[in-house]
Amino acid sequence: MSWDKIPTDLSNLRVTQDNTDSGTGRLVSYRDAIRDALRLALKKDGDVFLFGEGIDDPTGVFGTTTGLQKEFGKQRVFDTPICENALTGIGIGASLAGLKPVLIHMRTDFMIISMDQLINHAAKWKYMFGGKKPVSLVVRAIIGGGWGSAAQHSQPIQALFAHVPGLKVVMPATAYDAKGLLLASIFSQSPVIFIEHRWLYDHKDQVPAGPYFIPLGKGIVRKEGKDITLIADSFMVALAMEASKELSREGIGAEVIDLRTIKPIDKELILNSVKKTKRAMVLDFGYEFCGISSEIAAFVNEKLFGCLKAPVVRVGLPDIPTPASPILEKLYYPNKDGIITAIKGVLHG
Amino acid sequence: MLKKNKINIQLLKKMCYSLIKIRKFEEKIIERYPDQKICCPVHLCIGQEAIAVGVCENLKKNDYLFSTHRNHGHLIAKGADIKLMFAELYGKITGCSSGKGGSMHMIFPENGILGTSAIVAGGIPMAVGSALASKIKNEKRVSVTFFGDGAVDEGTFYESLNFAALKRLPVVFVCENNFYATNSPQKARQANCDIYKIAKFFNIPGICVKGNDLFAVYRVAKESVNRARNGSGPSLIEARTYRWRSHVGPETDIEKGLRDKKEVEEWQALCPYSCFRQAILKNKLLKETDIIEIEQLVTNEIEEALEFALKSPYPVADDLYKDVY
Repeated sequence: MSWDKIPTDLSNLRVTQDNTDSGTGRLVSYRDAIRDALRLALKKDGDVFLFGEGIDDPTGVFGTTTGLQKEFGKQRVFDTPICENALTGIGIGASLAGLKPVLIHMRTDFMIISMDQLINHAAKWKYMFGGKKPVSLVVRAIIGGGWGSAAQHSQPIQALFAHVPGLKVVMPATAYDAKGLLLASIFSQSPVIFIEHRWLYDHKDQVPAGPYFIPLGKGIVRKEGKDITLIADSFMVALAMEASKELSREGIGAEVIDLRTIKPIDKELILNSVKKTKRAMVLDFGYEFCGISSEIAAFVNEKLFGCLKAPVVRVGLPDIPTPASPILEKLYYPNKDGIITAIKGVLHG
Repeated sequence: MLKKNKINIQLLKKMCYSLIKIRKFEEKIIERYPDQKICCPVHLCIGQEAIAVGVCENLKKNDYLFSTHRNHGHLIAKGADIKLMFAELYGKITGCSSGKGGSMHMIFPENGILGTSAIVAGGIPMAVGSALASKIKNEKRVSVTFFGDGAVDEGTFYESLNFAALKRLPVVFVCENNFYATNSPQKARQANCDIYKIAKFFNIPGICVKGNDLFAVYRVAKESVNRARNGSGPSLIEARTYRWRSHVGPETDIEKGLRDKKEVEEWQALCPYSCFRQAILKNKLLKETDIIEIEQLVTNEIEEALEFALKSPYPVADDLYKDVY
């Protein structure tokens, strides 16, 4: 079993395409949808290039870059030295000179070394120079533990990026979205942190062969319900959908919102749904403390305090580094049963 | 270099013009700073001007340049409009960065100036990136990054040298070694103070030059820029110089008790402008009247630019929210 093998109980989860705009297409995995998006971007625009540590390896960053160097050449798809901060600056500089770089990290953890270039430079360049030079840079990074990935190979730090004015943060939950959001990110003329979840790579859904864009900043209602709104991102969408399905058998209607983009966030969609259900739970695959879930809970409370029937609750990761042991990992990550219990807690006070 | 028959008089006049313009631009800041209308930190380059001029005179308008918080000299030498620079210093909407950047963050894309970073070593990888873009697009554009000796303490500097050398990118790394990072002397920070020697490890040329000698800088930069342009890869220039004013602000470090007076005076005797002026007069390359004419031209331009800045409107509340995403 390879160290990046996904636990079976997680890879079986599905985000059903209820209420999506995917239409007809082929059944494609999340990993292939990402590869598809990169391939189309490279094909469509000669200014797009991909670079990152080990992206030309036979394993192709979980299969998302396989074959692209062969098809587009070493000038546009290339391996790099291990220097995350400089690589990010190089991406920014290349973008200022007219290219559209996609920088790929195998783990979000490695991006922490590049915080200077991301926060001090990529995020600031447009504003600091009065809009004269926007940075067009997509940084792909991967979250999700399992198989003892431990504390430095699994950190979901989307809140850290979202905290900084000037960065956009995208977290797709389905194959269809992964493709459409990645294409939109590459052509958005903004610095975008594109966060993929390892446990979703084998998830399949209908994905059209051609290019399409999903607008950044727009979420989607995945499943309608009348009793509570589950506001989720990334892998938590899959868990929310499972929980919602199970609860519907008991007559409980849990509406599921897939945020798609963490920043900018679709406030209107959230407000409209919670106004209807009058209860909300935020499910973010990240630390609860100072997290995306705190932000959304605060926002919903500020806007809808008067019409809420219960306090907004949060499901996320505890304020603890990721442990290696499978026993501890299981305790550490949120699961469907825990979510169902929490939802019932909100409904029944 | 100073043989009259070999030298381009137009080029000399241009160099003379840029040197004077940088000096007078910053002297005007010193004069006006006490008014407290320039409400941003200013990092003055007086004493270091020859490096900016010597390097930039070898560049084309569309060659790329990245600079630092101490950027005025580089920008002026690369042809930036000082009206927009003064307006930026005064926080006006007409400033080159619409009043969002101040002295530390100026940009002139039309002159190839893609921005200036106030994070030590911040602009270095970006110049490698623009050089990468030139290579991918098969353009003959050269990228230059200016930085101080402080940047050599940073890991990003070495990462960038490695990447540029590995990919043979058209970039020139120009280190203005003024021997101090704020007030911390180079010797207290670096195990080996010969910065140019770092290049050897990356198998690229490393050249040490007297940074106050405009002709020497020009010659060295010419070689590095040509090398980059013809596809032979990057080089590292260490230009040794001295900052006359404080790290930040219009004062001097002597008045703050931070510098040895003798050290400052020794370097002031090597004033890049005085040395240049003496050399061209001694060798009868330009006449005294030519220089006076240039000085007058610059004085007028500075006054005009200052007036433009002072008369320009400030940004309005709506501007606060613009250009974040």
